[in-house]
Amino acid sequence: MAAEEKYEFKSGTKKTLLILGVVGLVLFALGVFQASRPAHHEEKKASAAIENKLVASNDDHAAADGAKAESHEEEGGVWPMVMKRIKTSLWHNNVYFTGLGIIGLFFIAIQYAAQAGWSAPIKRIPLAIGHWIPIAGILTLGIWFFSNHDLFHWTHSYLYDKAGGHYDKALDGKGGFFFWPLAHGSFPAFYVIRMVVFFGLWFLFFNLIKKHMLAEDLEGGTSHWLKIRKFAAIFLIIFAVSSSVSAWDWVMSIDPHWFSTMNGWYVFASWWVSGLALITLLVTFLKDAGYLKQVNANHLHDLGKFIFGFSIFWTYIWFSQYLLIFYANIPEETVYFIQRRSVSPYSWVFFTNLILNFVLPFLLLMPRDAKRQLSTLKVVCVIVLVGHWFDFYNMITPGVMQFHGGLGFLEIGLGLVFISAFLYVVLNSLSKFPLVAKQHPMMEESMHHHI
Amino acid sequence: MESNKHYVVGIFNDEDVLLHAVEHIREKGVKIQEVYSPFPVHGLDDALGYRRSRLPIASFLFGMTGTILALATQMLMLGYDWPMIIGGKNFVSLPPFIPVTFEFTVLLAAFGMVGTFLVVSDLKPYKWPRTFDIRSTDDKHVMAIDLASNKLSKDQISQILKDNGAEEVNEKNF
Repeated sequence: MAAEEKYEFKSGTKKTLLILGVVGLVLFALGVFQASRPAHHEEKKASAAIENKLVASNDDHAAADGAKAESHEEEGGVWPMVMKRIKTSLWHNNVYFTGLGIIGLFFIAIQYAAQAGWSAPIKRIPLAIGHWIPIAGILTLGIWFFSNHDLFHWTHSYLYDKAGGHYDKALDGKGGFFFWPLAHGSFPAFYVIRMVVFFGLWFLFFNLIKKHMLAEDLEGGTSHWLKIRKFAAIFLIIFAVSSSVSAWDWVMSIDPHWFSTMNGWYVFASWWVSGLALITLLVTFLKDAGYLKQVNANHLHDLGKFIFGFSIFWTYIWFSQYLLIFYANIPEETVYFIQRRSVSPYSWVFFTNLILNFVLPFLLLMPRDAKRQLSTLKVVCVIVLVGHWFDFYNMITPGVMQFHGGLGFLEIGLGLVFISAFLYVVLNSLSKFPLVAKQHPMMEESMHHHI
Repeated sequence: MESNKHYVVGIFNDEDVLLHAVEHIREKGVKIQEVYSPFPVHGLDDALGYRRSRLPIASFLFGMTGTILALATQMLMLGYDWPMIIGGKNFVSLPPFIPVTFEFTVLLAAFGMVGTFLVVSDLKPYKWPRTFDIRSTDDKHVMAIDLASNKLSKDQISQILKDNGAEEVNEKNF
């Protein structure tokens, strides 16, 4: 049986995280300053030319929206656009880190539902990651109410006014999904209730599972394990629905005219593989710091296989979404990829996304030895985590910012602030309970794990 | 039938005894040809000092062959040899080629790997496998030692096997 082992959240680590946060804030301020200066005349002309090309070649809603957005923004000066960019970046980071938090709980649930024994010594790391869920809930609600009109085109009430000039029949048809049971164009009750209920359920199951995991340390036996397995199974059913619906709500509804049946899975795949990379990264850092003696190359191998496999799974989903839209060639669908791939400031993100999330993990993690060594795993985990940050940027920013988006100090700075806050919460909660479960019924099996 | 290969065959009942026996016998400088067991014994590969299989490398090379062949075939056929307009796409457009490329990569990797495995494990067609002791398919572990690759005599090796817990020591000639 493992001896008492506790992670110590040293003041040095805290200081590093604080410095990271401050650097992030400074970069953010720099980015805001940069973005608030009036754009060069030539750049504007170039983007206008691109825009005309797109409007001419794709005469549909979204392109018209883009043109509308620009005409609005010409009147109000540069600040509304900067605010919009800040809100977009906040939402982008928030969706990404919410996913990381909920994947902590999802990983635990999968392990219990599958009755997996190998993961017994590392389960406390996803448990610590799950502590971000309540904070993510508050942030999501806060940022949503702070930025709804800027981010979500469908929240404008004039779109649902049949008498008005901006009436949008397509959105009115989808209105029930957002506004039920209230009138279309009023308060999106169904949408907000879903958001609250999802976070409520996730937090509830997180607490139930955490309570039993920690009680097991003191009391031992198998009764807690059996209870967690039951909760895990129920949670997985809930998560199967809520992960998809939250993907539609928080990501797909940014492009309200566009729809993809793959999008729920796509967002989940992106969350899941980056969550796995985060768990593995924390394991490698803890092992480097001398913790987690029980974890050996076999456990690392399993984590590596998880990242390898689900990087390919993500690519499969990515490609399935792309191929169908490419082949069907329906304008209201293809505009999504035209915005991101062909004629916009985002095309480098589009291809970087594929290189970071498919090509590199695929080739680097293919050899057996690469999955069993801390050094290679660390490199791949960082690549995957950064890659999926780009992935969410690619999903969210082009839909909001149209041709005026960018990826500069502003986005990177906010990303660093989020990383610092997120890691502070995770490491702080990790120091609150024993790092390795003390009376886990499958610890013995895990010690003999051999692959 | 003329027999030109001479083996000493040790029969073991317990896998723990077998594992220790393998270690001790190798320490004495005896080269073990192969150990046959009715179920996988964890740690046996390490104890026998086997090098890791290079099958994954073969698999990768077969897979790459598949990728290149599939891409080249589709590009040459649909782009140059007999261009056809399909769905208004370019003659050589990558996305529709990917599923075929993926499948062909998997197919060649799998076939190549199975074929390589059969050849290197001497499981070629019409090749009758050598059975040192039929009980290795039932309830006994069987250790085969090739006399030609060992300096020690038959009696010395038999003694070492008995000292290390072999239930029986037989002789087998092929």
